[in-house]
Amino acid sequence: MKVKLKVWRQKNRTSAGEFKTYESPELNPNMSFLEMLDVLNEQLAVRGEEPVAFDHDCREGICGTCSLVIDGKPHGPHRGVATCQTYMRSFKDGDEVVIEPFRAAAFPLVKDLVVDRQAFDRIQQAGGYISVRTGSAPDANSIPVPKEDSDLAMDAAQCIGCGACVAACKNASAMLFVAAKVGHLGLLPQGQPERYKRVKAMVEQMDTEGFGACTVTGSCEAVCPKSISLDFIARLNRDYAVALLKGDPKKAASGGA
Amino acid sequence: MNLLLRLWRSSLGKKYVMALTGAALVVFLVGHLVGNLQVFGAPDLINQYAHFLKSKPLLLWGARLGLLATVGLHIAAAFTLLSLNRSARPVAYATGGAYAATSRSRYMAVSGSVILAFIVYHLLHFTALNPAVNGVGDFTKLTTDLHGETVPDVYAMMILGFNVWWVAAFYLIAQALLFMHLSHGLAAMFQSLGLRNHVWWPRVQLLARVVSVALFLGYASIPLGILAGIGSRYAADARARAHLAAAPSSAATVLAVGPASAGKEVVR
Ligand code: HEM
Ligand code: FES
Repeated sequence: MKVKLKVWRQKNRTSAGEFKTYESPELNPNMSFLEMLDVLNEQLAVRGEEPVAFDHDCREGICGTCSLVIDGKPHGPHRGVATCQTYMRSFKDGDEVVIEPFRAAAFPLVKDLVVDRQAFDRIQQAGGYISVRTGSAPDANSIPVPKEDSDLAMDAAQCIGCGACVAACKNASAMLFVAAKVGHLGLLPQGQPERYKRVKAMVEQMDTEGFGACTVTGSCEAVCPKSISLDFIARLNRDYAVALLKGDPKKAASGGA
Repeated sequence: MNLLLRLWRSSLGKKYVMALTGAALVVFLVGHLVGNLQVFGAPDLINQYAHFLKSKPLLLWGARLGLLATVGLHIAAAFTLLSLNRSARPVAYATGGAYAATSRSRYMAVSGSVILAFIVYHLLHFTALNPAVNGVGDFTKLTTDLHGETVPDVYAMMILGFNVWWVAAFYLIAQALLFMHLSHGLAAMFQSLGLRNHVWWPRVQLLARVVSVALFLGYASIPLGILAGIGSRYAADARARAHLAAAPSSAATVLAVGPASAGKEVVR
């Protein structure tokens, strides 16, 4: 099979970009979408043209590095599947496929289809962790966790931080990402000590990074390769409201000793 | 104070404001509808209700100022969020974007802006009684006798007001957009306040649908009922007494002279 590709090409952040159209070489329908781009790039290299820059790493749907908006949907035609797990058999011979980068002010473009998603790292650094003394592994059952809570926490922990939620949202909002991270730790006993401090810090960092607000359109949930539910955004709204009402903790005069 | 400032500066906090003011406006809409549906009763019914409201100036002005502040907050939050959202996506997608989003959720600002234009018009029309916008004339001349007291004839004003086709049309358009606004907004409100989980979300969506449809049908029934001829003979008398110009040829005035509408008329 062959497809016609309309790809966003942009040299760097400051130069203007444009769509370029390419005929793909003959493809095996069982190639992944990224392998198709590899083959395209080999062809471009042979012709002495600059290859198309795109992000990828694990190619097995677990690292969150691949991106791309394919025919208007981040991660391509399927629900709950990342770009790297999308195969050419999902397209028809002769299809025109439009490939754009994730577009958001908080995800500045690096080159072609590659954007800088470090804003997510900074949100994580603001509070997406628990503070514990590391050392030998604790006894497995020393802290009981209700099954429903651990199931829900694991649903949230599925988030691979790819940024498709931001890319799909009409407001470029990062609510689903932050909600997944806050929900994951907030549901588990280990996350309780920093629960309200965490939600405030992560939301404030999210706002600082220049993401938009949530209008509950549901685009994020629809494109999430891990099908994270909008329910987590409600949980985030709830936790943040409680955190605001609680206020900041009193500063201990003697360092709390 | 710190709490309010923090609320306003955060995108989530603004959505709480949006949701709480939206909820307050919906409660008002329900009350306002119940009041207005009295137009389907005898003329004295709604005239007495209007007279009662006017006789409690403290209550009336309290409610008016409260509503104004609520709408003001809702709009201020809407426009600041709108500009935040715009700047968060400086380069648009060639393929449209907003995958799987309903159009009612995408065009909240459009439906809201039409509602805002309507609110301004509605206040000029039936609160300030500005004769320049109603297509009829000076509504303050419409008075009637209520238990020996001369009071504004709100019943006649509504009938004459909606007999102007373009006024009725604008009300209906605004009500349709309000329906669009609320069919998304009501459910979103619960989400923004965090009142949702997998059990409650279908119920919340059902509630949003039922309430927005009920409000639309209720509000639309008023101009439609009047265009269909309700109270037309009473209003024609009131118009003659007040020496107001005849309404521009509307469906209702045509209907009013026909025998079909005579039976529907409410005789005082
Ligand atoms: C009778 C009048 C109105 C009622 C009952 C109403 C109700 C609501 C409700 C319940 C919401 C959902 C809140 C949420 O998502 O948490 C909402 C959202 C919204 N309203 Fe209104 N509204 C009214 C008038 C207006 C007006 C005049 C505007 C003017 C522009 C407006 C603009 C918006 C916008 C833009 C949103 C969505 C905000 C977002 O999600 O980003 N509304 N409204
Ligand atoms: S490349 Fe790792 S998730 Fe797609």
